[in-house]
Amino acid sequence: MSLRIERRPAPAWFRPLIPLLAVVLTMVITSALVLLVRANPLHAYYFFLVEPLSSRVSVIEVLVKATPLLLTGTAVIFAFVGGFWNIGAEGQLLAGATAATAIGLHMHDAPPIVALPLMIVGGFLAGMAWVLVPALMKVRLAIDEVVTTLLLNSVALLAVSALLNGPWRDPISQWPQSPEIAASAIFPKLIPRSRLHLGFILALVVIAVVWYVLNHTAFGLRLRAAGQSPEAARFAGVKVERTVLVAALVSGGIAGLAGVNEVAGIHYHLIDAISGGHGYTGIIVATLGGLSPLGGTLAALFIGLIDTGSQSVSRALGVPIYLGDVILATLLLVTLATLLLQRYRIVLRRRTA
Amino acid sequence: MRDARQASALRMARCTPHPMQPTTSSNPLAVEMRGITKRFGALVANDRVDFRLRRGQIHALLGENGAGKTTLMRILYGLYHADEGEIRVDGRPAAIRSPKDAIALGIGMVTQHFALVPPLTVAENVVLGYNPGVRLNLAAASQKVAEAAARLGIEVDPRALVKDLSVGERQRVEILKALYRNANVLILDEPTAVLVPQEVDQLFASLRRLQEHGLSVVFISHKLYEVMAITDQVTVLRGGQVVGTVNTAETTQAELARMMVGRSLAPVERTVPSLATGSAARSPLLRLEGVSAVDNKGLPALKGVSLEVHSGEIVGLAGVSGNGQTELAQVLEGVRRPTAGRILVDGQDLTHADPAQVMQAGVGRIPEDRHASLVLDFTVAQNLALEHLDEYVVGGGRLDKGRMRQHAEQLIAEYQIKARPDDRVRTLSGGNMQKVILARVLERRPKVLVAAQPTRGLDVGATEYVRGKLLEQRERGAAILLISEDLDEILELADRIAVIYEGEIRGVLPRREATPERLGLLMSGARQEQL
Repeated sequence: MSLRIERRPAPAWFRPLIPLLAVVLTMVITSALVLLVRANPLHAYYFFLVEPLSSRVSVIEVLVKATPLLLTGTAVIFAFVGGFWNIGAEGQLLAGATAATAIGLHMHDAPPIVALPLMIVGGFLAGMAWVLVPALMKVRLAIDEVVTTLLLNSVALLAVSALLNGPWRDPISQWPQSPEIAASAIFPKLIPRSRLHLGFILALVVIAVVWYVLNHTAFGLRLRAAGQSPEAARFAGVKVERTVLVAALVSGGIAGLAGVNEVAGIHYHLIDAISGGHGYTGIIVATLGGLSPLGGTLAALFIGLIDTGSQSVSRALGVPIYLGDVILATLLLVTLATLLLQRYRIVLRRRTA
Repeated sequence: MRDARQASALRMARCTPHPMQPTTSSNPLAVEMRGITKRFGALVANDRVDFRLRRGQIHALLGENGAGKTTLMRILYGLYHADEGEIRVDGRPAAIRSPKDAIALGIGMVTQHFALVPPLTVAENVVLGYNPGVRLNLAAASQKVAEAAARLGIEVDPRALVKDLSVGERQRVEILKALYRNANVLILDEPTAVLVPQEVDQLFASLRRLQEHGLSVVFISHKLYEVMAITDQVTVLRGGQVVGTVNTAETTQAELARMMVGRSLAPVERTVPSLATGSAARSPLLRLEGVSAVDNKGLPALKGVSLEVHSGEIVGLAGVSGNGQTELAQVLEGVRRPTAGRILVDGQDLTHADPAQVMQAGVGRIPEDRHASLVLDFTVAQNLALEHLDEYVVGGGRLDKGRMRQHAEQLIAEYQIKARPDDRVRTLSGGNMQKVILARVLERRPKVLVAAQPTRGLDVGATEYVRGKLLEQRERGAAILLISEDLDEILELADRIAVIYEGEIRGVLPRREATPERLGLLMSGARQEQL
């Protein structure tokens, strides 16, 4: 017997199944870790995938967990489609969160109808500003944006730290966290006594707009042309540099909204751990979702599910809560590997001669 | 020296079969392929193909694009697996599952895309992946490669870095690589497509030498004159089937062309007489005044090019490849900025125009590189609309996809494109891609048409179609600049012929004064005054 890899495109019906295959493979691989703590993998995956959907409270929690990922995932999708490899959603999120906090702290006299739009716009602009320099360097000087956006994530985190240990240090507790934002700057709850807030609606609106722009507008088609084949796009009269610049800025803005979401919807103050890696997870969301807004939405919800499930599985079976992170990381690698199946096929062949 | 070689390349392009070709048709069989069938989904790429290659023979596989030539040879080299059929090498049945198996059987293949590592030396590239044992004695290997090169008469310096070599030299390294692995059957997939004429001469000379060493060669091509010039036997494929196998000495270009396309090629009809008189009095539609530009490395590529093209006229720009044609086309397409001079289209200054402004001014552009001017993963409909997307925008910035599709259906019918509106352009053949570009350009009824290598890599049928369309545009009154490295094409279509050499226009001749000999002299660097 020999195992061979042949270059052969997968049939159309098979392609949507590839992410599903990735999920199944991931479970098989990570079940080894579950076995290591002497738990039953099937049991564990029941708690990961089914249990969170069994009660209203935990379903809502899945949506809460998915909300920032919907935003960062969409941000990454918009940039990647345009050929701008934005690895900096994390930093852009922090910039958005900082701006939202700065605005929210001064909204004690303003009604929500003023405070909320101000925070949203401010967060969007801050995210844009954080990606502006890498975007300009890419467009004007052809400097690799993967490096610049990635490095600016650390800069953002250190800047937030500096703020929290300096001017914004909580005057009462002396913890490195900002004072609370004004009550009128807090996202209203969608369902009373739950954590689900306005940010979820905001995320859905952003996804709908991005989906429409990418699939039904001239700009969207030009953006995809610029991303897939800049030379051909330029030849056809597309202003590639300008288009990529816009894609990068909008992407940064959407990531900034994820920061607003965390401040105004979850924490109500700024801490340096406010992101917890949502910016990076956005890259997983975008990849798993095949760079489509719809796929990204499913991916974000799935990750929200795993996230929620990792808490119940650790409560129920004593499996460390970090297994959720391991599953996500494995899932990313397996997804990237299985995406190759779109173009290649593994063939088992019996040796004859 | 260089001039003489170029002139000989030109003669080569029009030469008839080798007068003294030794007969190889009774030599023992090196390779026999019987009843080979290969399907890709619904497409039958090879349909019960029989192919026999004899020892010491140069055997052409001739056919239009998509006829199945490359597929057949990829099967022989183990890159594809036949669904049916049998392969015998030296009379014994052979199971070829991978290139490794093929190499073990003495079969080597050189494709258009070289598999060389540029920062390594020639010798290192040759021994790469073919070093028995763990330890690599580079000095000894180098020595062996040099000996092999000398023995085979392949002129290449084993110590040179591949990145410093020209395309022709790199091809020689690929051939040396195959022969170093003891290949006695060499498959060359369109080897001349990447070569300039003098390199073609050199390639043919070394193939003849290798033939004397007993090497068998499969020469994949769709260029009739090359097949006539170098091969002993020709197998013609059409639509995946063998049309026939003939001895080169006993056939003619016309017969081969008939076998290839299944019809005899009618010469293109010209209904409008040449506008030799009177055109100079009118103002030109396209006018270049001392245009200079640099290439991608920043070196001067165009040096003060001045040229005029009038309405209803085709001006052919002839030249050996790499003398500034690419840069001139790009300057006119709006994708390369000139460093000096002026470009005027119907009086409008387009010197610093971008592609959108160039199109707006009524310039149609058929670019040299189809793959770099179509978005390959977009559909036919999207590519057909891409240059004028704003015309499909309805309320709220929405794209009217229905109208894009309708527009595509109409052009597909009008230009006989074998595709559906929703097919990705990547899945189209070269000829159909070119038709997509033609449709996109010609439906705008451009005043000026810049056609760069419009038939390069196309099969005979598509070539004929494209040339017919260019003449149609000429009759309509367009001013056409035809940039082509195919001298036959220029002689067939152009009213006036300009020759470019090292970025300068060396002369402009009316068609009736332009003999291949005079053009050849200009193309190899002579000046018009010296003719």
